[in-house]
Amino acid sequence: MAEGGFLLVIVLGAVVCAYRAMTSPRILTSTIYLAFVSAATAMLLYSFGAAQVAVIELSVGAGLVTVLLVYAISVVGDDATDAGPIIPRPVAVALTLLTVTMLGWMAFSMPARTGLASVPPLARALWQERVLDVWIQMVLIFAGVLGILGLLAESRLARLTAPLNGNGHRTVRIAPRTACGVGADRPAEALGKEVHV
Amino acid sequence: MNPIQIGLLAVLALFGVGCYGILITRNLIKIVIVLQVLVKAAVLALVLGGQAGGQAGLGQSLAATVIVADTMVAVVGLAMAVQVRRRLGSVDLSAISTLRG
Repeated sequence: MAEGGFLLVIVLGAVVCAYRAMTSPRILTSTIYLAFVSAATAMLLYSFGAAQVAVIELSVGAGLVTVLLVYAISVVGDDATDAGPIIPRPVAVALTLLTVTMLGWMAFSMPARTGLASVPPLARALWQERVLDVWIQMVLIFAGVLGILGLLAESRLARLTAPLNGNGHRTVRIAPRTACGVGADRPAEALGKEVHV
Repeated sequence: MNPIQIGLLAVLALFGVGCYGILITRNLIKIVIVLQVLVKAAVLALVLGGQAGGQAGLGQSLAATVIVADTMVAVVGLAMAVQVRRRLGSVDLSAISTLRG
């Protein structure tokens, strides 16, 4: 079990990184901060005796999700300039404070042990008592594979399904440039316009 | 403060940041990022709840399931964001909304 001061430093780092991930003007910077949040969460989980969950969090949260986010940013673009929140910021702050206060009141008022339990039998709980969760995870991973296929799919389908003109051509719209350089050779005046192919 | 209380403090702080981020963010990819922060708070809460209730294995098992589910949510959300950007040219929520009123 780690010392309380060490845990507090990790918690503070995680919260600061989470706030920066939310407020950073660039999505790529937010992604890096999110990876730090995952790493800090993994350290907290390890400190609380959940070593297996910490490894899963570190490999999936700081690894796989970061890679997926970087790929999506390379396709979508890195600009995250928000025109402003849909609801006013004071209302958002008030709602957040109300929710956190209620959650904190429930969490700190429940009877809890002062110390941590011994080494948890995760394998027995996962493979014997919660075997349905394993099946659910398999289904979720299958859904994730389908999602990755959607992430990697090109816009070829849109071109193929576009209706033919009278002269046998299709009208497609020139997609904007991406952050990874795709479409850099496209002239600026042609972006967003329709052409015949 | 004992470790359980420090963990609860982390849960509350991460949940607060994620909740506020959900309310003010309009970029689809940033919403996925903020959702990840929210789910990390949930994972920590599950592990701490298992520890505090004397069922550490159950809490950790549920936490592993939540991590997998959260990853799939991120994958599907990012795929939707990419497709929305390709079709509509924007990932801003207000720009892609077709609801009027």
